[in-house]
Amino acid sequence: MNQSNHLVIKQLSFSRNERLLFDNLDFEFERGKITAILGPSGIGKTTLLKLIGGQLPVDSGEILFNDQAIHNCSEKVRYQARQKMGMLFQSGALFNELSVFENVAFPLREHFKLAESLLTTLVLMKLEAVGLRGAKDLKPAELSGGMARRVALARAIALDPELVMYDEPFTGQDPISMNVLLKLVKQLNSTLGLTSIIVSHDVNEVLSIADNVYVLAEQSIIASGSVDEIFKQKDNELLQQFLLGRSEGPVPFHFKAPSFADDLQKVNR
Amino acid sequence: MITPYIRCVGQFSIKFVESIGRACLMLSLSLFGKPHRKLLPLFVQQVFQLGILSLPIILTSGLFIGMVLSLQGYYVLVDYAAEQSLGSLVALSLLRELGPVVAALLFSGRAGSSLTAEIGLMQSTEQLASMEMMAVSPYKRVLAPRLLAGIVTLPMLTLLFNVVAIWGGYLIGVSWMGVDGGAYWSVMQGSVDYLPDVMNGVLKSVIFAVMITWVALYNGYYVVPTAQGISYSTTKTVVISSLLVLAMDFVLTALMFGA
Repeated sequence: MNQSNHLVIKQLSFSRNERLLFDNLDFEFERGKITAILGPSGIGKTTLLKLIGGQLPVDSGEILFNDQAIHNCSEKVRYQARQKMGMLFQSGALFNELSVFENVAFPLREHFKLAESLLTTLVLMKLEAVGLRGAKDLKPAELSGGMARRVALARAIALDPELVMYDEPFTGQDPISMNVLLKLVKQLNSTLGLTSIIVSHDVNEVLSIADNVYVLAEQSIIASGSVDEIFKQKDNELLQQFLLGRSEGPVPFHFKAPSFADDLQKVNR
Repeated sequence: MITPYIRCVGQFSIKFVESIGRACLMLSLSLFGKPHRKLLPLFVQQVFQLGILSLPIILTSGLFIGMVLSLQGYYVLVDYAAEQSLGSLVALSLLRELGPVVAALLFSGRAGSSLTAEIGLMQSTEQLASMEMMAVSPYKRVLAPRLLAGIVTLPMLTLLFNVVAIWGGYLIGVSWMGVDGGAYWSVMQGSVDYLPDVMNGVLKSVIFAVMITWVALYNGYYVVPTAQGISYSTTKTVVISSLLVLAMDFVLTALMFGA
């Protein structure tokens, strides 16, 4: 394995409810880089993050994090690996009954017995990093969508992880929140030396900060490489349709259906 | 012609066995292995949520059930001039049957439904998944304290239910209907045995508590993550746990008091 790879996925296959999502896929995530995973909705991008986190069992294949298999290992090893991973959920997944401060303090309180003053310092540092130190006493219900996601991000980096996974971080954000989040992801990645995986379908935003890209479609990887390499693949029609957001192309506008004329005849019979 | 029906039965059976397997796995992951570091404070918090907050409904219902039981018992017994045995009738029917069963049904409606809704909402807003990604086991952190608190609180609630109901029976029988107070208590004392009556009732309520909390947590954990899914799961908890309590009560009564 290439030493610069932080996370490697080998021959991953996964199906859910008898529907094949991934068919023998290989991924390599470089240490310290931002890797984007792009693809249309429903392709299984979130599922991929859950597989990396060991929250779902793989059908076949291997996921190696720091050369350590995440699946086919003891629960203890998996939990130890998760301490080095952070994940930003699409919904934020903050604990409703806890304040912003307590949400960020949660992983620290769970794993370490820290003096209250040290814990407070750490939490304030994380909140300062996402610009929400002033919101520490608010409840999640009092936050806007963008703020909730930033708090979730502070919580995801509370344990100083090596790898952070972002699940659709920009969906439903206004332009200001989106730019703030983009800046934060980039900044955290470079200052903390993180490896970042961003799953998204916001092509332009993600590609503006990503180093490497995987584009998923139809259970397989249709393109991979650096951002420049991806844009050079002009003959890949599926990729071009996705990158440019065309309504017509290999991915049809219409869902599979019998002929329109037949349907209308049936109605008027 | 018959194939779809056979397929339907097959699918149902597979799903049923799968859910039993998942429920057993959930129980073992919650209870076995190294417990959570803060299990005790989390447990105490849940005893408050499930036990103390259920007290008003349990005590009020107990009082009225004792009163009704005493009134009905008095009307029947007085025809045979046996109203002195009222204490025995009230105490035995409460300790053996009514106490454990009614308290369990009330607990399933009050605490079981709230458990399912709470866990279901946590599951559908990905709070449990995020906990898992923070290397905190939701089984040990969220489910185990609730399960243990349920198992401990229902028997205690049942005992309190019985005490209040017997007192309600006394109020009606003695203070209103004029049964002799000394007879009420002494007949009760003579006919109620500690192990076969009191402890069998407690044992019943321990078993009911395991079933109700298990069903409630399972339905919450494996919820369909939509508003309708949470409402369906909550209803399912109350229906299934109530039916299980009634069915299991019959089995336990047959085993404890039969032959």
